[in-house]
Amino acid sequence: MVTKEIKTIKDLPRDDYLTRGHGACPGCGVAIAVKNIARVLGKDTIVYVPASCLIVFSALYPASAFKWPFFYTAFENTGAVISGIKAALKRRGKEVTVVGMAGDGGTFDIGLQALSGAAERNEDVVYVCLDNEAYMNTGIQRSGATPFGAWTTTSPIGKKVQGKREFKKDIDAIVAAHNIPYMATLSIAHPNDFVRKVQKAKSESGFRFLHVLCPCVPGWRSEASKSVAIARLAVETGMWILYEVDHGVEKLTYKPKTLVPVREYLQLQGRFRHMSEEDVEKLQTWICERWKHQFYEEVPVPPCKIEEAKKALIIDEDPLHGP
Amino acid sequence: MVMKVISADHAVAHGARLARVEVVPAFPITPQTLIVELIAEFINDGELDADFLPVESEHSAMSAAIGACAGGARAFTATSSQGLALMHEMLYAAPQNRLPVVMVNVNRSLGAASGIWVEYNDSMPERESGWLQVYIEDNQEALDMVIQAYRIAEDRGVMLPMMVCLDGFVLSHTVERVDFPDQQLVDSFLPKFKPLYVLDPDEPVTMNPITPPEYAMEMRYQLHQAVDESKLVIEKVDREYGALTGRAYGGLIDTYQMEDAEIALIALGTVTSTARVVVDHLRSKGKKVGLVKLRFLRPFPSDELRSIAKNLKALGVFDRSVSFNGFGPVFTETRNALYHLGIPLTNHVAGIGGRDVTFEEVREMFSVIEENAKGHRVKECHWHGLRGGS
Ligand SMILES: Cc1ncc(C[n+]2csc(CCOP(=O)(O)OP(=O)(O)O)c2C)c(N)n1
Ligand code: SF4
Repeated sequence: MVTKEIKTIKDLPRDDYLTRGHGACPGCGVAIAVKNIARVLGKDTIVYVPASCLIVFSALYPASAFKWPFFYTAFENTGAVISGIKAALKRRGKEVTVVGMAGDGGTFDIGLQALSGAAERNEDVVYVCLDNEAYMNTGIQRSGATPFGAWTTTSPIGKKVQGKREFKKDIDAIVAAHNIPYMATLSIAHPNDFVRKVQKAKSESGFRFLHVLCPCVPGWRSEASKSVAIARLAVETGMWILYEVDHGVEKLTYKPKTLVPVREYLQLQGRFRHMSEEDVEKLQTWICERWKHQFYEEVPVPPCKIEEAKKALIIDEDPLHGP
Repeated sequence: MVMKVISADHAVAHGARLARVEVVPAFPITPQTLIVELIAEFINDGELDADFLPVESEHSAMSAAIGACAGGARAFTATSSQGLALMHEMLYAAPQNRLPVVMVNVNRSLGAASGIWVEYNDSMPERESGWLQVYIEDNQEALDMVIQAYRIAEDRGVMLPMMVCLDGFVLSHTVERVDFPDQQLVDSFLPKFKPLYVLDPDEPVTMNPITPPEYAMEMRYQLHQAVDESKLVIEKVDREYGALTGRAYGGLIDTYQMEDAEIALIALGTVTSTARVVVDHLRSKGKKVGLVKLRFLRPFPSDELRSIAKNLKALGVFDRSVSFNGFGPVFTETRNALYHLGIPLTNHVAGIGGRDVTFEEVREMFSVIEENAKGHRVKECHWHGLRGGS
């Protein structure tokens, strides 16, 4: 089958491999990401999904929402299982994209070892991290991907300690340090950048890593209709940086004109509603420093407005879980 | 036919080569390491057309083997002790997905009181995983059983993973004479792997979705039946292999001097060889003793044991692992199988932590069994070779 190269969202085929009828929450960032990645990767793909929201909402016996061959076994072994599948398919002479789609827990934390092993061996597979910044499948527990300050059930708002005290782990730097052919961060709010990166990953060989920020309605305490807007604000505030590392060449693929204060992003999500001024400032400083550290050349003066007027956090009520 | 003097670990590697394994994910652990090292050499020397995946842990080795098998390739791996324990979670994925992975476990003690020597407390707990388990007595059997294991595991009536267990060091690092079957002969015995279901975009299947209670119970029942029914295939494959090579092992169970035996010992692994010598010695003194070589722990040969043991006056069971505050697992299994026969049974724990099991200890086992047969009071569970006595 000859397929035309997909450069923009307009080239995106309409045939779905994650079909309608799956059981994700309305507004689920994971579902949006997977559906569109699947459209780019196309028919000749095999998917492995570890324990995560995705397995539960896509493959519940006797139904399956995947039109791809699908496999699941455990939580921490995505890098290893896809290595095995690829080895077998190669032996059988099949040109197939083998993709693993893991959550942030299955990537940043329990799955890091198998991920690193597969990256180090430069396995010819695509690894997608669907990052909703917590363990959602087990009920919103903090992960290494959860941002500073966020509420989760294991970083609760206590009298003494409020929310997560650690900053998000820089998994992209860790993965890129394996010198893999291609790694990129993606946003569901930037579809052209999104499809271009998936297309690039598809056409490369060796270990490819795609990291997508996936807003989660119950986990982020946000409105279903605002998932894409929140994803966009993540990029505009610098909470999520769109870049790629293509054969060692690092490139920012989208640069906000000026970084929007992080407060704007936090305001749309109940998981941050408790944050003190001090904590918001701490997070803002982290963003500015990360930006400067990572992209100093491209953004000589980080356009952060830390001294911005301190508006109180006005939070949208959480439609699924109440205030 | 080629004959070589090699270790059991190397015999296993040759067995895997002759079985034309295709994907070998592996992680080193003593005393298994020699197996995967030699397989890596075969591959790099072009003597075996396979992919070696040097993964970063045993958990990943089993994960990759399962992935490879689901992808339609004949997968092999080997491990021991801590490595098997690290795989524990993944072991459960293979049987329920009906993926006939073959793995050699070189038995070694596990956990604290750490050692690298033989004990069966690594593989015994995995009886509940759905894997078939066979225990090996010598190097020839090690090679032959790897080949047989694929025939059994990949049989359409079985489609289950199989663990070939052999004693660390006592076998793994001991050299013996081993005959190699010809490649053509092995090829005729073991055809190319034909998976039941395979991950392939031309015919997409969903393997291992989340399974709610409405269905899971029946799936488990099917697995339960499959393990049960593998008995017939094991017997058939062993007979067929015997006809081809002249070496059959008795299938699930083998016996020695059991025809007119009044008392007997059940042994497994290398202790069987020791016990055979003791049986000869006791027979020369006119004692009607026999030996049962237990080969398979899963499926457990309950019926076969019943018919072998029905006329015995007493039976002892050797165990190389312990269930603390309980009996050894082989004893528990045996007692389950023989309960209704009412034969007096004793448990004989020995060789723990890799301690040698001597002729003297095996003789001691038989004298306890003899006492039991006479109706004298004996302890149900004896530890032999324990300093300070049991
Ligand atoms: C070894 C093991 N530990 C814990 C679990 C329970 N568990 C299943 S999914 C999950 C969290 C998944 O989180 P993540 O990877 O972030 O995916 P998400 O559900 O958020 O998409 C956990 C803790 C498990 N399946 N296996
Ligand atoms: S909990 Fe979050 S990640 Fe899971 S299905 Fe719902 S929206 Fe998606």
